[in-house]
Amino acid sequence: MAGTRTAGLKDATAIVGIGQTAFAKRLPESEKALACRAVLAALDDAGISPAEVDALASYTMEETDEVELAKAVGFGDLSFFSKVGFGGGGSCATVAHLAAAVATGQATVGVAWRSRKRGSGPRPWRNTAVQLPTPAQWTRPFGLLRPVDEIAMLTRRYLYEYGATRDHLFNVALACRNRANQNPAAIMYERPLTREMYMTSRWISEPLCLFDNCLETDGALACVVVSAERARDCRRRPVYVHSAAQGLPAQHHGMVNYWNDDPLTGPAWTAARHLWKHADLTPEDVDVAQIYDAFTSLVPLSLEGYGFCGRGEGGAFTEGGALEIGGRLPLNTGGGGLSEAYVHGFNLVTEGVRQLRGTSTAQVPDAATCLVTAGEGVPTSALLLRN
Amino acid sequence: MLTPVVDDDGTPFWEYAARGELRVQACAEPGCGELRFPPRPCCPHCHSFAAEWRRMSGRGRIWSYVIPHPPLLPDYAAQAPYNVIVVELAEAPRIRLVGNLVAGPDARLDSVARERIRIGARVQVVFPREPKELEEGAVRPPRWTLERS
Ligand SMILES: [Zn+2]
Repeated sequence: MAGTRTAGLKDATAIVGIGQTAFAKRLPESEKALACRAVLAALDDAGISPAEVDALASYTMEETDEVELAKAVGFGDLSFFSKVGFGGGGSCATVAHLAAAVATGQATVGVAWRSRKRGSGPRPWRNTAVQLPTPAQWTRPFGLLRPVDEIAMLTRRYLYEYGATRDHLFNVALACRNRANQNPAAIMYERPLTREMYMTSRWISEPLCLFDNCLETDGALACVVVSAERARDCRRRPVYVHSAAQGLPAQHHGMVNYWNDDPLTGPAWTAARHLWKHADLTPEDVDVAQIYDAFTSLVPLSLEGYGFCGRGEGGAFTEGGALEIGGRLPLNTGGGGLSEAYVHGFNLVTEGVRQLRGTSTAQVPDAATCLVTAGEGVPTSALLLRN
Repeated sequence: MLTPVVDDDGTPFWEYAARGELRVQACAEPGCGELRFPPRPCCPHCHSFAAEWRRMSGRGRIWSYVIPHPPLLPDYAAQAPYNVIVVELAEAPRIRLVGNLVAGPDARLDSVARERIRIGARVQVVFPREPKELEEGAVRPPRWTLERS
C-alpha cells in the first residue's frame, strides 16, 4: 500500500475468494484431496492462479501440511506460512496472520484453509495414550473426558451464577437450526428443531444435551487474502479485514479454565479489547455475527465478551428472537457449527464473507459489518469484516 | 480407569496423594507464599523457582459439577451417568480441584444420588484405600464425600 500509513491492519487487506467442499457425516475423499478442492475453489472464486499464491495459514491440528498442499495444487514460491494452535480458537487467526503478512509486505496472495474428517474419523478424546495438554492429569482420571464435559462444567456454573436457563441455550440452537434450514449446503438443511425435541433429547454431559453440541462433519474450506489495492481488481466484491485479534488471557487454562480468579471471563474478552481498540466501529455497528458455537453455551459467553451485553446478560440477550433474522443480532446465518457443519469454525469465516457480498442463503438486508469469532474457552481469535 | 499422565511439576501432588495427603504447591519465597494450581515451575507473582507443598485441610465446597453420559471410554461408561465435581478449597477458594463426589473412599463414581449434588455443598477429601500397599506408582486420586451437616 502506498501512502503515509504505518503498518496497520485496518482495511489494508481483503478476503477475495472463498471455497468449500460438500459437508457430510462421511465423504469418500481424503482430507488432503478435500483440502485441495477447497483451496482451488477459493482461488477460482477470486480469479487468482494458484501459481500466484505465496502465503499460507492454517491450524496446528490441520493434517495436510504446506508441502503436500503446495505441490498438489501448484503454488508458486511461498514466502510466508503459519499455523495457529488451540483447535477452533485459531480459525480467525489464520486470516489475521495472512492479513499481517500481506499488509507488511511479506507476501501478496495468502490462502487459509481447514480440511477435516471429524465426521467419519476418530474422536480425539478417545485416545487414552496421548494426553497432550498438561492439565489432563488434573481432569481426565476423574472422568472429565471430552470437550463437552469440560465446557459443561463452566456452563453449570454460568447458569448458577447468572440465572441463565436451558431455554437460553435452546434459543442459540434454534437460531442456528433455522438458518441451516435455509441453507442447502447445511447438514441440517431439511431437519427443523423444536423446543420439545430440545428439551426431551438425550444428555451428553448435564447440563448440556445433544442439541447443545456441534455436528461431527467431513469437509474443507478455504479463503484467499490479498491487499486492498489488489482486491479492487478481483472478480468479487472485496470483504475487508477491518480489525483482527488473537486472545490468550493472563492465567487462562483452556477449556478447563477452572483455576483463575474469574473462570467465566475467557479469551473472548481479551480478543475483544484488541479488536475494538483498532476498529472504527463498536458492537452497536455490527449487522450480523458468526459466533463460534461448538457448544451453545459458548455463544452467551461470547456475546458478553465481545461487548454486545454486560456480564451475565448473555442468556437474556438471546430472548425475543434476538439471534434470528430481523433480531437484534442475527448470528450464524449459514447454520454454524451446530447445524451447518463443524469444521473448526472456518465455515463462520466464509459465511461472514457471503453476508458482506450479499449472497448468503439467509441474507441480512444491507449487511455492511460482520463479526466472526473463533472458539471461546480456548486461546481464541476474531475478525471484524466490512464491505 | 485412566491414571494420571504425570508431568515433572505434578509429581509431588500424586506422591502425597498416594500417602493420603492433599497438598498444594506454594511459592517458598519469603514474603510471597502464594498457592498455585495446577503446579508449574515458577511463581507467576514473584517469579521465584522455590516451591513447597502445603498441606490442606481437605475441606471445600462444590463450585460446579457435570453428569457425563455415554459415549464414554468403557470404564467410565460402565459407571455412567456419574458425577464430576470442581471443589473450591476452604482455605483457598481460588484453588479448585476436579474430582468425584462419592459415598465412600472406594465407592463407585455414581455412588451419590445426583439429587444430593448441589453447588455450594460442603465436601471433605477422601483417598481410596485400595491398593492397600504403597506400591511403586500406586495412584490414589483424591475423591470427595459430603460433609455431614
Ligand atoms: Zn512467589
